[in-house]
Amino acid sequence: MPSLKDLKNKIASVKNTRKITKAMQMVSAAKLRRAQDAAEAARPYAERMNAVMGGLASSVGTSASAPRLLAGTGSDQVHLLVVMTSERGLCGGFNSTIVRLARAKANELVAAGKTVKILTVGKKGREQLRRDYAANMVGHVDMADVKRVGYVNALTIARDVLARFEAGECDVVTIFYNRFQSVIAQIPTAQQVIPAKFEAAAPNALYDYEPSEEAILADLLPRGVATQIFTALLENGASEQGARMSAMDNATRNAGDMITKYTTIYNRSRQAAITKELIEIISGAEAL
Amino acid sequence: MAGTLQFDLVSPERRLASVVASEVQIPGADGDLTAMEGHAPTITTLRPGVLKVVSAEGAKSFVVTGGFAEISATSVSVLAERAVPIEELNATLMDQLIADASEATAVAVDKDAADKAMADLVAMRAAAGF
Repeated sequence: MPSLKDLKNKIASVKNTRKITKAMQMVSAAKLRRAQDAAEAARPYAERMNAVMGGLASSVGTSASAPRLLAGTGSDQVHLLVVMTSERGLCGGFNSTIVRLARAKANELVAAGKTVKILTVGKKGREQLRRDYAANMVGHVDMADVKRVGYVNALTIARDVLARFEAGECDVVTIFYNRFQSVIAQIPTAQQVIPAKFEAAAPNALYDYEPSEEAILADLLPRGVATQIFTALLENGASEQGARMSAMDNATRNAGDMITKYTTIYNRSRQAAITKELIEIISGAEAL
Repeated sequence: MAGTLQFDLVSPERRLASVVASEVQIPGADGDLTAMEGHAPTITTLRPGVLKVVSAEGAKSFVVTGGFAEISATSVSVLAERAVPIEELNATLMDQLIADASEATAVAVDKDAADKAMADLVAMRAAAGF
C-alpha cells in the first residue's frame, strides 16, 4: 500500500502530464486547421494539373515517342520507395502505419526478386526502417527545419527523385504517405509517381497545343511529380496533426481517469487512517 | 466593351487571382499571346515572363515562371510554378528566381529549354531595371 504522500505526489505528477497533453492537443488543433487550409489551397492546382496531364497522356498514349516519365524505362527491376513520415513523435500510429505499409511493399518486392531502394523524408520513418532495410537506404530528406511545408520542399525532393530516375538508378518510384480523411482517420497510401499513372481521361482533342502535345507533356511530367509530392506532403502534414490531436486527446482522457482512480485510493486510505486512529482512541478510553 | 472571360491564376500553394477579365496577355513558350473571349481552345506552356490581366478593375501584372495556360472560349486558367504580383518584384526576388533557375538548369535533361528559361529571366531582370 503506497503511503498518502506517495499518492499525493503521483496525483500531482499525473495532473502535470495532463496539462502538457492538453496543451499539445490544442496546439495540434490550431496547426491542423492551418495544414488543412494549405491542403485546400493547393487543391485547384493539383486538380487542373492532373486533368490536363491525364488528357495529354491519353492522347499521346504509350507510343514509342512518349516521354520516359510516362512510359517507364521498359523494366520494373529497381523500385524506389519514397517514405514520408513526420519529424516528431507523440502522434499515435501515424508513422507506424506508413512504415508498415512501406515495409509490406518492400518485402513483397524483395520476394519477387526486385531491387528495393528507400528514400526517407522525415526522421521517424528513417529510424524505423533502418532496422530492417539499412542497406537499402539511398537517401534522406530532413524536414526538421521546415516550419511550413512549401512547394520548394516538394521541388527539392522531386529533383532528387528525378535525377535518380534519369541516371537510371530506379525504374519505378512510389511514394508513401497518409491521406487525411478526418481527425481520427488517416489512410496510409502508396502512390506510384513514375511512370506516371492517370485515371483514364478523355483526350481533350479540342485543344490546340503550343508547342506540340509531346513537348508540353515532357515539360509537365516533372512538374506533375513535384505536384504529387507536394500534395502528399500537405496531406501528410494534416494527417500528422490530426493523429497527434487524437492521440493527445486520448492521453488527456487517460490522465483524467488515472487522477480519478488515484484520488479515490487516496481518499480511502485517508479515511482508513482516520478510522484506525479513532478505534485506537476509543479502545484506549475503554481500557481505562 | 468586348466580352469577358473568367481568369484564374493558381500556383501550387494558393490561388492568386480569380477575376472576370476582358483580356489576358500570356508569355507563351512559342511567343506571347493575348486571350480574349472566343479564343480557340489552346494549351500552351509558359516561359518566364510577365502575365498581364485587363479587367474592369484595371490592369494587373504578374511575374510567372514555368507552368502552363489553358485557354478556352470563356476562361483562362494559368497554372504557374511561381507567380508573383509585379508590385512585389524586387532585385532580391529576381536574384532568387535566377538562382532557382540555374539550379534547375544544372539538373535539367533538356538543356536547351533550361538555358532558354534562364535567358528569359535574365532579360526580364534587365527589363525591370534591377
